Amino acid sequence: MLRSRDTVLAWITGAMMLIALYGAFVFAPPERVMGDIQRIFYVHLPLAWIGFVAFAHACWAGIWYLRTARREWDEAGVAAAEIGVLFSTLVIVTGSLWARPVWGTWWTWDPQLVTYLILWLIYVGYLVLRGAAGEDVRRARFAAVFAIVGFVDVPLVWLSARYLRALSPVIFTSRSVGLAPSMAWTLAAGLVAWSLFYWTLFRARLRIGLLETEVAALAGDGEVHG
Amino acid sequence: MTYLFWAFAAVWVGIFLYLYALTRRSQALAREVHALRERLEKTAPPSPSAAGRSRAGGP
Repeated sequence: MLRSRDTVLAWITGAMMLIALYGAFVFAPPERVMGDIQRIFYVHLPLAWIGFVAFAHACWAGIWYLRTARREWDEAGVAAAEIGVLFSTLVIVTGSLWARPVWGTWWTWDPQLVTYLILWLIYVGYLVLRGAAGEDVRRARFAAVFAIVGFVDVPLVWLSARYLRALSPVIFTSRSVGLAPSMAWTLAAGLVAWSLFYWTLFRARLRIGLLETEVAALAGDGEVHG
Repeated sequence: MTYLFWAFAAVWVGIFLYLYALTRRSQALAREVHALRERLEKTAPPSPSAAGRSRAGGP
């Protein structure tokens, strides 16, 4: 299934993931107030950021699908949104597991959490919509519009942490990084590892999607072209 | 530590479940390609040039 370039990418991703795990569990010191539970942050934050990247990717693919009507962009949008939903589901789960001992609750109706949940629901809706559309081009175009409009919620999630009374800690501001150097390096390693993982996963998922479409078309025609 | 364990476990279980689902789709795809190839071989006789290539062991 994997081509040689993908194999190299997978190995680099695996190595980077091991470095990120070493950083999260060994290199980074325990946080003064929260203790070891803060280590969840080294997987929670990269997943959240790469989830945003995935939704931006789905939005971008949607724009290009509407412009060019090429099936590749439609498949790219589905692949990116699917991985984005996976990552954001894990963000909600890890966030709840962090909130329980720190805030004393699994969930709170905080503006950032609510806007994030809405984002998750939008892209789950997009995947359901796109799955139901099948070969219908009109519905596929409608799903692409949904992916583009849905992305509007991403800046709202980002801004709600800063300008509304959100409970989630703000780590990065325009002036400083609110982390000790060893923690910042661990976070950076996590970001690189999960970015590479996203790209590896996206390539594999896109290839499967394109092949499925091609095989379905061939099976429907009953003949193989080219 | 319990919450930390469950958080990392949830992430990796989620990732592996997704990878398993992708592998299943990939295997189903390989089976479908195989079936298509068999169907094609039954319906279309091999061309002389293709037969020559296969005898010579080329790609």
